[in-house]
Amino acid sequence: MDMLRQFGQDMLGPAVFMVAATLAKIVCITLPLMLCVAYLTLLERKIIGWMQTRLGPNRVGPFGLFQPLADGLKLLLKEIVIPSGADKWVFLAAPVFSIAPALAAWAVVPFDDGVVLADINAGLLYLMAITSVGVYGVVLAGWSSNSRYAFLGGMRSAAQLISYEIAMGLSLVVVLMVSNSLNLGDIVNAQGKGLFAGMGVSFLSWNWLPLFPVFVVYMVSIVAETNRAPFDMAEGESEIIGFHLEYSGLAFSLFYVAEYASMILCSAIASILFLGGWLSPLGCFPDGFHWLAAKIFIVLVSFLWIRATFPRYRYDQVMRLGWKVFIPVCIAWMGVVGIWMMSPWSVWK
Amino acid sequence: MSSMKEIFGSFLLRELFGGLAVTGRYLFAPKTTVRYPEEKIPQSPRFRGLHALRRYPDGEERCVACKLCEAACPSMAITIEIAPDENGKRCTTRYDIDMMKCIFCGFCAEACPADAIVETRFYEYSAESRDALVWTKDMLLENGERCEEQIAEDLGRDMKYR
Repeated sequence: MDMLRQFGQDMLGPAVFMVAATLAKIVCITLPLMLCVAYLTLLERKIIGWMQTRLGPNRVGPFGLFQPLADGLKLLLKEIVIPSGADKWVFLAAPVFSIAPALAAWAVVPFDDGVVLADINAGLLYLMAITSVGVYGVVLAGWSSNSRYAFLGGMRSAAQLISYEIAMGLSLVVVLMVSNSLNLGDIVNAQGKGLFAGMGVSFLSWNWLPLFPVFVVYMVSIVAETNRAPFDMAEGESEIIGFHLEYSGLAFSLFYVAEYASMILCSAIASILFLGGWLSPLGCFPDGFHWLAAKIFIVLVSFLWIRATFPRYRYDQVMRLGWKVFIPVCIAWMGVVGIWMMSPWSVWK
Repeated sequence: MSSMKEIFGSFLLRELFGGLAVTGRYLFAPKTTVRYPEEKIPQSPRFRGLHALRRYPDGEERCVACKLCEAACPSMAITIEIAPDENGKRCTTRYDIDMMKCIFCGFCAEACPADAIVETRFYEYSAESRDALVWTKDMLLENGERCEEQIAEDLGRDMKYR
């Protein structure tokens, strides 16, 4: 590795090499991520099928394994219809606005101890800032379509996203209070110590247990934040129509890729903040990336499971849950945790 | 006290986990999907699929050109033309069934005094043009020859109820 670095620096010069190395790292993160997105769609259709005692896609390739490729090819070949009177450039930029944050946020996600693209101190802040940009994609898509339905759908989704972002942000505040850092790697490492970790059952010292109400709020908020059922008012294909009403072809599929990419992202963040990231659940196993992958997978499957189980919320119920339940609970638990940390029974010393 | 219990219950997502348990059980339940081209669902002996014209064992056509099937057909899918054959016997020169009109009610088979027109269990006859979906006399006779064994068995099983 060092030899390669030396060789590259001699060949390209230090500045160019740094750019090239960063680009290579970005590709190393993004390509597998896109593959995961493709196969997450297959997993979703399979799991929902099984839960409805169907088989799910099984025609394209063995067990339907080439189904995502066929879907991608189909969407690639479809026409992108731009409605007359639509603001063309905004219309085409909106899907990009929605997918870019879901990819950019991976820059600060640590995959293992020290394995992170940008090890910045304000990682959590960056995450909250960059994921908030995603709402622009929704608003601009609804607005630029020149359609009342898309516009109303965009407004509705924006209101939902912003409401749940507050609850999510407040729950993240509690996490950063107890871990005393905004760096995601430090947040994970802070979960690896404590009374239970010393006894070898470190999964009990992860943040989900002492911060349980916040954990519940966060898990529900990320379902709402990624526009997944039962909070998929943005899509609402059967009764209300969402912001991507006028989109077709590749532009439409970008919204879908963005939805699934942010699902994976939110699962990764939940695993890192509450489920101990790459730490192993029992002291007798070594830590490593595979634990993070397993945790992300479990959270993702629970997303799909929830979608297969619950009917869609009514819009006013979504708003009530966000503003009247989650935000007060987060603020209350913030106070409780603050007092707990100052008390002699603090578990975060 | 009960309200406290309610708050704890809703925060532990108790009812939601109940719902999740149901779908979780179904995740491992046996699947009911029939993989169609490889697997087929069982058919009744009275299954009403594609029509067939039958012959007697000596090769003579059963059809006596009485036109009862044409009259019974509610969607007017059957077209028959008649002429005497070389022995002077009434015989159909044309017997077309338009499968785009046919509703597979089985009235033609019920009306037939000679069990000449019947409906077989065969149903995979999709075609790419409308013309190919009009089944002529020759095609129907050929279908009858192909399915005769099954037709005879099914008619035999149904005989005591007629």
